[in-house]
Amino acid sequence: MNQTDFELLSSILKERSGLVLTPDKTYLLESRLVPIARKRGMAGLEDLVSSIRQSKDEAVLSDITEAMTTNESFFFRDQKPFDVFEKEVLPKLLESRADKKTLRIWCAAASTGQEPYSLAIVLKENAAKMAGWRTEIVATDLSNEVLEKAKSGLYSQFEVQRGLPIQFLVKYFNQVNEMWQIDASIRGMVQYKPLNLLENFGGMGTFDVVFCRNVLIYFDQDTKAEVLGRTAKIMPSDGMLFLGGAETVLGVTDKFKPVDGLRGVYAVA
Amino acid sequence: MKKCLVVDDSKVIRMVARRILEELNFEIEEAVDGQDALDACNRTMPDAVLLDWNMPVKSGIEFLRDLRKTDGGGDPVVVFCTTENDMSHIREAIEAGANEYIMKPFDREIIEAKFAQVGLL
Ligand SMILES: C[S@@+](CC[C@H](N)C(=O)[O-])C[C@H]1O[C@@H](n2cnc3c(N)ncnc32)[C@H](O)[C@@H]1O
Repeated sequence: MNQTDFELLSSILKERSGLVLTPDKTYLLESRLVPIARKRGMAGLEDLVSSIRQSKDEAVLSDITEAMTTNESFFFRDQKPFDVFEKEVLPKLLESRADKKTLRIWCAAASTGQEPYSLAIVLKENAAKMAGWRTEIVATDLSNEVLEKAKSGLYSQFEVQRGLPIQFLVKYFNQVNEMWQIDASIRGMVQYKPLNLLENFGGMGTFDVVFCRNVLIYFDQDTKAEVLGRTAKIMPSDGMLFLGGAETVLGVTDKFKPVDGLRGVYAVA
Repeated sequence: MKKCLVVDDSKVIRMVARRILEELNFEIEEAVDGQDALDACNRTMPDAVLLDWNMPVKSGIEFLRDLRKTDGGGDPVVVFCTTENDMSHIREAIEAGANEYIMKPFDREIIEAKFAQVGLL
């Protein structure tokens, strides 16, 4: 691919999803975008790029954007954050919200649903302590394709073996042919909505807990700071933010501060 | 170093499992069926057992039931690793005292994830 084509595509991606693509990732453009070109009857990437030059077809651009996202996820990813949520964060919230008895959680890059469903399982496991509580898990992602999969709650044998304890598989899943489907009682706890983090999300209400994991790594510093700044605005002063293992607020924003002893967890500053 | 007993009648599977588990710092012993495994446990109790289901002489589930009845046999963490991938087998395994359950085919990532979950890593 020539440099002008690369620059055109990478500027589109940066603008539409925040993704920063370096030239060493050119192969990714090729492997992921050629199928999109083919689907539209074009020979390859060059035709796709020239069609974009001629007219900015929204459907093509959004296909390209979705195709370039990395959607890998697993149940209870990294384990620790979910333990921290259950053992440290949840008990405090149950105490501080005891009068209102409401709890709102946002998964800001939910991908195929493993993260919101893991949180839903944790809440379900703690149901005895939460009688009479109204809990909401709102799960959003830029990509409609992953949201469809998330809603179906259907996972392959490989996917249910990455991070999900076998007891939870038995308790919360049903076997559907070769696949495993998470039970309707868990599915019903999560609301899915398409949302681009680059766009305004101020209208979603406030969230006591935000999981924004393994998405900021794809953005540049300014975009990270900007997204985190707007996230802090929709959280109460005692709200908690969970980031991915390779992500931090340090050196990025002063709207959040690390919580002593809890890695990957940040409090509203 | 933790000891893991790999029980499978397939030499190939034992070899693949051994390679993965050695990289995860386990000392490996192998057994070719449930009886062989029980004998090995009676000599020295391992920390972990990676256990196939269908084997000649004595199956994995029979081994597990016997193991849990022996002195000290409650200690090893037992992870099934089998092509039996339906809910009734999984339930039966848990009831017999299995700690985790891997459905074949498996790879390094799955073994590592499952062993981490049960606190072996
Ligand atoms: C690697 S997955 C992370 C999934 C999950 N949070 C986890 O940690 O396992 C990253 C997700 O971020 C989504 N994403 C990328 N850019 C986004 C944006 N600008 N707005 C919303 N979602 C975005 C992708 O579609 C993808 O599903």
